Amino acid sequence: MTASVERVADPVARPVLEVRGVHKRFGEHPVLRGIDLTVDRHEVVVLIGASGSGKSTLLKTINLLEQIDDGRILLARASADDGGTAGELEDITDPRVDPDRVRARIGVVFQHYNLFPHMNVIDNVTLAARKVVGVSRGEAERAGLALLTRIGLADKAKEFPDRLSGGQQQRVAIVRAIATDPELLLLDEITSALDPQLVGEVLDLVRELKAAGSTIVMATHEMSFARRVADRVVYLKDGVIVESGSPEQIFDNPQREETREFLARVRDPFGE
Amino acid sequence: MTSSLPGSAPFEPSAIELERRAFRRARKQRSILFSVLSTLVFAAVIAVVLVNSPGWSRVSETFFDVEVAVKSFPRVIEGLWLNVQVLFVSAIGVAILGTLLAVARTLKGPVFTPIRLLAAGYTDIFRGIPVLLVLYLVGFGIPGLELTGRMPAQFWGTIALILSYSAYVAEVLRAGIDAVHPSQRLAARSLGLSHGKTLRLVVMPQAVRKVTPALMNDFVSMQKDVGLISVLGAVDAVRAAQIEVASSYNFTPYVLAGVLFVLLSWPFIRLTDWLTARAQKREQVGGVV
Repeated sequence: MTASVERVADPVARPVLEVRGVHKRFGEHPVLRGIDLTVDRHEVVVLIGASGSGKSTLLKTINLLEQIDDGRILLARASADDGGTAGELEDITDPRVDPDRVRARIGVVFQHYNLFPHMNVIDNVTLAARKVVGVSRGEAERAGLALLTRIGLADKAKEFPDRLSGGQQQRVAIVRAIATDPELLLLDEITSALDPQLVGEVLDLVRELKAAGSTIVMATHEMSFARRVADRVVYLKDGVIVESGSPEQIFDNPQREETREFLARVRDPFGE
Repeated sequence: MTSSLPGSAPFEPSAIELERRAFRRARKQRSILFSVLSTLVFAAVIAVVLVNSPGWSRVSETFFDVEVAVKSFPRVIEGLWLNVQVLFVSAIGVAILGTLLAVARTLKGPVFTPIRLLAAGYTDIFRGIPVLLVLYLVGFGIPGLELTGRMPAQFWGTIALILSYSAYVAEVLRAGIDAVHPSQRLAARSLGLSHGKTLRLVVMPQAVRKVTPALMNDFVSMQKDVGLISVLGAVDAVRAAQIEVASSYNFTPYVLAGVLFVLLSWPFIRLTDWLTARAQKREQVGGVV
């Protein structure tokens, strides 16, 4: 809770992301039904909920990989260019906004890593810096190697992804997402495809990112991790936010019946 | 409980959403308008350049004479019917021989080495020889052996096309078979399916789906190469056009035959595009990128 005190003192502790009344349907099936969510700078928001509750879809709409059917999504401007002040919220769901420019400001890590198999690790990590931001190869590789060193994978820089373990691949994917220093990091069930003994190394990296001040929205099934890393836990059910609050509040003292049921089922899947 | 949750009311788009939709619609209309305009301008430029070229009057007379086209139409279309028949038989033949060759090349184990080598040699040779040469060699060479009675030229033409195109199709299919992930084979064998049944029920259906565009491409390509059987003397659309050209001293029948060939292949090209688009839609649900 000290974190929130610091945020108030911090002059840039303005929202990075504001989701307002977002609706999304696939055909006739509603997936998101009026989502409201505000994420402050340096805040870690963890989305929990059953499969199909809309966690992944929400992350995809924020990254403009899915077009929303109603509502707005606002993202803080990275800089003062293109007619606004830095930090001011910009409606990224406006069709006049270039989605590539928005996506360049958001880092995404997927469940299945999605590393490019035809490129080695360092090329994977530096691709966006070189081809989107326009940094020189030398400079991009220096920065990329520094990141790989931080996660202890510098010696794998020239390896191809299929030579790495799942945990190593996912850590490379995280580094790829943060290599261009995005405003916001979206993590979509990044440990779901990993062997249990590899989950720890990936989650340790996420904790490091939090300590370094990243703003993160993540969907996860790892409740113990959500409790340790989250500033705020949001429980989704059938495309609606049922309850949100501090991890202590959600996990120890949930106010809503649905939340209690969900947590009971997660803790004891057999209901014994 | 759910009645108190937002979003359970019937969906009613907000003003913001309506404005977004209007903007997207307007943008779409604008881009359609631009594409129509640019197409018209492009066509107009081509037409103006053509019509104003010094030899235009003579070319239009010898290549685009409506009267000649009408007069030669019955014979050319009759010839095209022969092309369609040859195409139909060839396509079936190619499907069978091509599949056999592809399967032969994927056989594992030392016992099958001769078959594998034979199939590899076959595809290497027949992909290397120009179709025209295959037609000459088969059409004039095999009858010389006098194994059969006199067969019409289109018979040998069909054989030659099958021999040639099977080699291409076999390679395409083999690429498809190789592209099916080994885990699929594992899963099928673990159910107790034999090698043959695995291939027939699990691997081939996925393989064909993966290479449908390439197969359709070969089919369209064969559709026009059917016209080459005219070199053996079969009176197909090309040959019929040739005869008409010789009798009228006008090249319009060639243009007519060309147009008819395009019309023949057009439905298949569209069908291919449609199939590919449908498969893509099914495999990548949602997603705007």
